[in-house]
Amino acid sequence: MNAKMQERMLYLISPIALIALWQGLLMLGIGDRRFVPAPSDIAERAWEMITNGELAYHSAVTLYRVIVGFILGVVPAVAAGLLMAMFRPVRIFFDPLIASLFPIPKVALMPLLLLAFGFGDASKIALVVIAVFFPVVVNTYVGAANIEKIYWDVARNYGASQPIIFRRIVFFGALPMIFAGLRIALAVSFIVLVAAEFVATKAGIGYLIWNSWELLQVDKMFVGIVTVGILGLIATVLLQEIERKVIPWKAE
Amino acid sequence: MGAAESSSAVAERRGAAVQIANVSKTYSSGTGQLLAVSDISLQVRPGEFLCIVGPSGCGKSTLLRILAGLDRQTSGTIDVQANGWAVENAMVFQESGLFPWMSVAANVGFGLMTRNVPPAEASARVEAALKLVGLTKFYRHYPHQLSGGMRQRTAIARAFVTDPALLLMDEPFAALDAQNRVILQAELVRICEATGKTVIYITHSIEEALLLGDRTVVMTAHPGRIKQIIDVPFKRLRNLMTLSASAEFGALKLDIWRVLEEEVMRARAEAEQ
Repeated sequence: MNAKMQERMLYLISPIALIALWQGLLMLGIGDRRFVPAPSDIAERAWEMITNGELAYHSAVTLYRVIVGFILGVVPAVAAGLLMAMFRPVRIFFDPLIASLFPIPKVALMPLLLLAFGFGDASKIALVVIAVFFPVVVNTYVGAANIEKIYWDVARNYGASQPIIFRRIVFFGALPMIFAGLRIALAVSFIVLVAAEFVATKAGIGYLIWNSWELLQVDKMFVGIVTVGILGLIATVLLQEIERKVIPWKAE
Repeated sequence: MGAAESSSAVAERRGAAVQIANVSKTYSSGTGQLLAVSDISLQVRPGEFLCIVGPSGCGKSTLLRILAGLDRQTSGTIDVQANGWAVENAMVFQESGLFPWMSVAANVGFGLMTRNVPPAEASARVEAALKLVGLTKFYRHYPHQLSGGMRQRTAIARAFVTDPALLLMDEPFAALDAQNRVILQAELVRICEATGKTVIYITHSIEEALLLGDRTVVMTAHPGRIKQIIDVPFKRLRNLMTLSASAEFGALKLDIWRVLEEEVMRARAEAEQ
């Protein structure tokens, strides 16, 4: 087994150990299985929900909202962050907006977004867009503003115009920090979206969790929670793979 | 084409003539003003290889950055005659300054891309420049996959490919090990001889200045001034190893060291006050 495989195995040990401990305690009679179902109960329910398509449906709805919102939020955030690093007036314009809007809990905007975009997908997607924008714009700006001075010197001495500096130097120089921002944004997008799906929707993992709670189907609720975790994990791993492909110089 | 046509012939073209007249540079800081370079006047002949030595803080890098257009002098004028050359100057930095996200070929071709050279012509010129520095096989590699010496070679190819009339070099081999340095020094002299470029080369090593240069400018520190200009009597394409073993070389080295020593001691005394 090579070192990379070993690292990937190590990655799986902590969640497996947690599940084993949980199952073991309940089988020893510690805890009430009606309120805290064992992993085996949850797995049984999960299998049922997989075979009847319920889980796939809610997952697809949530993933659709996350992916669309993520892309729509990330693209302008990267552009704004790069422009802030390159042009002082842009930075002065955006700074107070970011400083005041970043700390607002984005879930608190949900009623406003329901008013503006209605009860459909649009309001949930808008929430994800807003939530991912801030960590990405800040990371992009910091990454672009801290590009080593020598790269600017080389660019200027070798006759690079502003558009070339923007596309070939600032963007790539900021990429490692941009990806750090994307990872935060990915987690944030699941966090706000699941919370938003608790209300005013009839589909999505958040709806599944909240609805199960109201019907006191605790095992089903856990299936929803675990699904969010798994979706988040898969998305993060995918993002890391993309990062490895896009930033080959960072790895070694 | 220009940059890399021949490897051993002496060039027909001669590089830029540089006139530096009364150039000073003052930096303003919170506590006051720092005079980094004071009243520098210097004429560099077309095709000359000029070395500048001096203690750290003598403003030699500042002078080079002004020539490169990365800084502006506070007073004085600089005139670079670069008729018939594609580009006025190109700089090779102390740390190679290669872009880690670009392949060797893209790094070398950077100054062509910025100047809208058609891709077909650019790739031919990049290939020629890589051949000149012996890195033809590495055009697809990324800088992190290269050794320090290969990175500096790439940086040199990046400068030569634009066909500059004036090559500005800021201690380009300072970070290399001794063996690599000797090899690259010899290659640099050969390439400069073949292309006829004017070179201004900064170093803190007297030995390097005498090995490479036609003239050596000794600078003083705080503020940076020209102390002395020494004609190097050895002819071009010197054999670096035999030359450094000769008595004449040793005597000249000692002369320059005496000038420089005085300056280093003075700078130290000032720092301790």
